[in-house]
Amino acid sequence: MIEASATPTGQAPAVQMLSIQRHFPGVQALKGVELTVEQGEIHAILGENGAGKSTLMKILAGADRKDEGRILLDGEEVRISGPSDALGWGIATVYQETSLASHLSVAENLFIGRLPTNRAGVVQWRRLYRDAREVLKRLKLELPLRLPVSQLTIAQQQMTEIAKALSHRVRVLVLDEPTSALTETEVIELHRVLRDLRAHDVAIIYISHTIEEILSLCDRVTVLRDGENVGERKVADTSPDELIRMMVGRSLVELFPKQPATPGDELLRVEGMRVRGRDSEVSFSVRAGEILGFAGLLGAGRTALMQAIIGAIPSNSGTVYLRSKPVRIRGPHAAVAASIGYLSDDRRRSGIAELLTVGSNLTLASLPQFSRAGVLRRREERRAASEIVKTLRIVTPTLEQQVALLSGGNQQKTVLGRWLIAGVDVLILDEPTRGIDVGAKVEIYGLINRLIAAGKGIILLSSYLPEVLGMSDRVLVMRRGAIVAEFARGEATQEDIMFAATGQRAAVTTGRTGRSPHE
Amino acid sequence: MSDAHEAAEKAPAGATTAEAEERARREQRQTLLRIWLRRVLQQLGPFAFVLALGTFLAVESSVFLTSTNITAIFVQMSVIAIIAVGQTMVIITAGIDLSVSTVVALSGVISTIVVVNDHVGVGLGMVLGVLVGGAVGLVNGLLVTVVRLPAFIATLGTLSSVGGIALLVTNGQPIAAPISFDILGDSHIGPIATPIVVMVAVALGGWFILARTTLGRSAYAIGSSYETARLSGIRVNRVLVSIYMIQGLLAGLGGVIVASRVVTGDPSAGANYNLNAIAASVIGGASLFGGEGTVIGAMIGALLMELISNGSDLLNISNFWQDFILGAVIIAAVAYDQLRRRALARR
Repeated sequence: MIEASATPTGQAPAVQMLSIQRHFPGVQALKGVELTVEQGEIHAILGENGAGKSTLMKILAGADRKDEGRILLDGEEVRISGPSDALGWGIATVYQETSLASHLSVAENLFIGRLPTNRAGVVQWRRLYRDAREVLKRLKLELPLRLPVSQLTIAQQQMTEIAKALSHRVRVLVLDEPTSALTETEVIELHRVLRDLRAHDVAIIYISHTIEEILSLCDRVTVLRDGENVGERKVADTSPDELIRMMVGRSLVELFPKQPATPGDELLRVEGMRVRGRDSEVSFSVRAGEILGFAGLLGAGRTALMQAIIGAIPSNSGTVYLRSKPVRIRGPHAAVAASIGYLSDDRRRSGIAELLTVGSNLTLASLPQFSRAGVLRRREERRAASEIVKTLRIVTPTLEQQVALLSGGNQQKTVLGRWLIAGVDVLILDEPTRGIDVGAKVEIYGLINRLIAAGKGIILLSSYLPEVLGMSDRVLVMRRGAIVAEFARGEATQEDIMFAATGQRAAVTTGRTGRSPHE
Repeated sequence: MSDAHEAAEKAPAGATTAEAEERARREQRQTLLRIWLRRVLQQLGPFAFVLALGTFLAVESSVFLTSTNITAIFVQMSVIAIIAVGQTMVIITAGIDLSVSTVVALSGVISTIVVVNDHVGVGLGMVLGVLVGGAVGLVNGLLVTVVRLPAFIATLGTLSSVGGIALLVTNGQPIAAPISFDILGDSHIGPIATPIVVMVAVALGGWFILARTTLGRSAYAIGSSYETARLSGIRVNRVLVSIYMIQGLLAGLGGVIVASRVVTGDPSAGANYNLNAIAASVIGGASLFGGEGTVIGAMIGALLMELISNGSDLLNISNFWQDFILGAVIIAAVAYDQLRRRALARR
């Protein structure tokens, strides 16, 4: 509900979930979880993937059922029988993937299924736009009402989704990882809207992996681990270190376990690389045992640059030198042959081959290695794959499991494993930890360290500043297709990088209170 | 509540890992069983249908179970089965080849015409016929990869053009081949009719390529995710061209068998093979979205198609109804595939 609630504060909590249990075949996802959310507070739920956050929220949203436990809204027990029932109780959920009809306009999406019509059933467009404007005004949001949703940025789509949820009478708003695809400024805008809603007594449940975000936005936080409550804290009384320890049983200083390495000879040098459609030429080099970080805003051209280097997209000019020898890279196959691997930032679309097994995914980049005259040597293939599954601790029941059935973190480890098996000298990691939980992140950092120790060269593209700063030996900052700054390890702060990435001081309000670990 | 996480931290790591390993082992057994069951069930569906239909026909018709009829069924299905093996490979890459029916005609026509007009040997004529199919496959592959046409459009185009060529070279008239041309269609190797032997050989070869070679693995990877395959260093264009060429060669082989069986190069032969081969693949579990499909499935699919047609003949069901039933079976199979996909996506 956007209007001020009639219930005075100090009343029963907006949401109480008591002793919620949920069994799945082979797993007990929730082992008696408790959650209390007061009216007019933003309550974070923190936990690794598989901790039970999503299951808990699905039960509240009516998308899943509970086996045991009770749900109370404003102190009264309710039965939520399905998603539309949940909406009837005033519980709206915004999921990671938006559920908008991309060909319809923003206004149509806001009122989809209940467009204002006259008696003959003809849509009253003027009234639709007036009502839509009204909704946006209450949220103090600006969205192009007449534009099809497909034309919007991801942030705008998300705002549309939230506005849609709130155009119903909502007293509980659940947001599942809403900021994972947003830029810094968009995050700030989203937080402003949420604070505004809080002031209107909406209870907001906010699921996030990002501790900095929780600290700057939320009032209280409930931490889950393995389907159990670890604890509840007032955000004002806790620290990132405590939250991480609660979440994974590790502390923040161990989060970026960068091991000192002494970079050796130059492995890869790129000179005058100009991506088609960009004006700037880019040159840089990576040495053996070095992690070269690439920071920049979304659309700064980092991914395009890397894809041009491996020949996946065309470039207008540029030479790639491997161990000082120029190599001609006419496509990704040539890059792999030259011992350069690229881990894509889009795991689902271009990281895993969904329908293939874990085993086949692992050996996909090294089929020549596991075949003779085009015939697979399946025993060797299997041996290499199961070895990597063990080293990387990929959680899969068997190599024959379809990779799509693994968790995000394990899928990512599988893609990484593919490049380990291929044994490439230079590995380009494009957002290697996006959308995976802290535990898996730490494991991937550990793996990067091992690669460095083995004399490989790593190029690390990341939008998560503490990660780039924590892991890299050198950080290059890109803006509009060009490299605009270079920092040695320990030389830069998050603010320095944001300054370089945006090109102006004014934009350096990160809106996050988190400290980077090496400060 | 803070005790909870401290306790978890202090718990001896050894105990939890041993427990976790035991659990993992148990889950592994369960999952392997589940994966195996799912595979069997996937094949079993159409296979059970084949058995049921076979039983029904055995009861309804005294002719059905005679060795003559059984042999006839397998000989009849051989061409569709051979083409379905190639079609399955193409479908696995998320492509489709609609040109097979006129390739069948052109291959038959070319193989007979060179024997009749240019007096080349029957064997060489047949090889040339098969190679013509391969050439069309090469063109299809290049259109799909280099020109980047959608497979549907590219092969629809070659379907028409190749059909035109077959009519042009024959002036629209069937070519009567010398009687020795029946060597492939009407002979036996041991006790078994040659087309059946060829079909089994093609099936084994197709199975080997898909399950045991880098080409097969790459085809599945491309069908599952083109970008993933490409970024993993798979030479996607080469793989796709090879697959379309294999399909072309198999369609050419099918065409030569058809011509040999009737000892005629007929420019209008093969009209039904397009839909029937695609149907056999899809009934056998190949997904039109790519990444899934097996040779054994295609064989079962082809057998099912043939049983429907053979059974209809035995039960004196008119050809018009046969067409209707085949169409309905194809629609049902594709609808089932779609539903399965959607259920998977909702998971």
